[in-house]
Amino acid sequence: MVPARRKFEWLDLLGILTGLSLMAALYGALVYAPTERIQGPVQRIFYFHVPSAWMAYLAFFVVFVASIAYLWRRSAFWDRLGRASAEIGVVFTTLTIVTGSIWARPIWGTWWTWDARLTTTLILWFIYLAYLAVRAYVPDPNRAARYAAILGIIGFVDVPIIHMSVVWWRTLHPEPVVVRAEGPALEPPMLAALFLGLGAMTLLYVYLLVHRVMVEEVRDDLQLIRQRLGE
Amino acid sequence: MLGFDRLLALVAKDLLIELRSRDVAYSTLVFTLLVLVVFNFAFELRAENLQVLAPGVLWVTFIFAAVLTLGRVFGAERDRGVLEGLLLCPVDRGAIYLGKLLSALILMLVVEAAAVPAFIALFGLNLPLLPLGLVALLGSLGFASVGALFSALAAHTRAREGLLPILLFPISVPVIIATVKATTAVVAGDPWELTLPWLQLLIGFDALFVGISYLVFELVVED
Repeated sequence: MVPARRKFEWLDLLGILTGLSLMAALYGALVYAPTERIQGPVQRIFYFHVPSAWMAYLAFFVVFVASIAYLWRRSAFWDRLGRASAEIGVVFTTLTIVTGSIWARPIWGTWWTWDARLTTTLILWFIYLAYLAVRAYVPDPNRAARYAAILGIIGFVDVPIIHMSVVWWRTLHPEPVVVRAEGPALEPPMLAALFLGLGAMTLLYVYLLVHRVMVEEVRDDLQLIRQRLGE
Repeated sequence: MLGFDRLLALVAKDLLIELRSRDVAYSTLVFTLLVLVVFNFAFELRAENLQVLAPGVLWVTFIFAAVLTLGRVFGAERDRGVLEGLLLCPVDRGAIYLGKLLSALILMLVVEAAAVPAFIALFGLNLPLLPLGLVALLGSLGFASVGALFSALAAHTRAREGLLPILLFPISVPVIIATVKATTAVVAGDPWELTLPWLQLLIGFDALFVGISYLVFELVVED
């Protein structure tokens, strides 16, 4: 049998758009943005480090919203969305920590330091690893969804509290240079490169999210079919 | 409405089971002493470094012991179907949570109260008992609050107690920080004004964590 030819869908368009914007972001970060005077070329990792961090927070915020929506409506869609977004969030958090470490080594002279932001990000990573572990270890799917939703809410609410307590504990990470009251402290081309990176990462997040939700949907269907066959 | 006598009955039930079986306290106590011994080998605790290391040693010991205790507070509920019985009782779900929180907290405090004299005897550092007791009470309460919730949750997973520390440690980081800081201040004999902010912070965390867990517990035991 000849496999039916797949139709060109909006998702393919999104994929192409994501690919193109990632290339544009690379150009923006590596070529277009001027070299930073003090740090030199190393600073260019900033254009990926910061968008990754923002995407991680966005992804976990989506988990938070999806968790609340799931506990309220109890529909499988919200559960799948939370599941998908948590996984991608963990990937972006890992990226943030890895790029941050690579950047910190030449500039701060160390791979890691127990500064407030770094510590909070690390704890955040652990919380969502636990979230994924709960998903994996609870055999009953409804219960897994409920437990994960509980953790998705408590985890997100806990992040500012953790951050506050770690700030009290100690703080080396530079103050934010983009989001602050006096306006961004970046040169316009640098800011442009950053927003290019941010745009590309956002597209990548959405693209991955849609795919993950679809895969989860198929997986849930498969589980259901298996159960019915087993009966 | 939360019946106080019912809450007491729930706590009494847990403590009576523990008193008769000594499932938790015995192994946790011996474990606690062993952790102190291991710390001695790991750090060669002596008079010179003891003051600096004592808060960390104490709290790592307490937290490990707490994970052991908390991991089993829902043991009977899971293994012998007690949870179904409890849910059928005419008590509020929140009261079941508070009962578990209290009985876990009492067990933790008993173990800690036994560990402190052992610490003093083994390492010869005099600890200010009254302030330390206050910090231990507040810190253990914060730990037990989320701990009792996650224990109910972990009891229904395939990994069982194995999942508990993974859930508990990251969420309770604020409690750990505040507790260790307060203990450091207490052990160093700092003026009260330096300890107080950490204690206030700890009280805030306790209230928050107990409140959230109380509200969410119903969702954990839903079926």
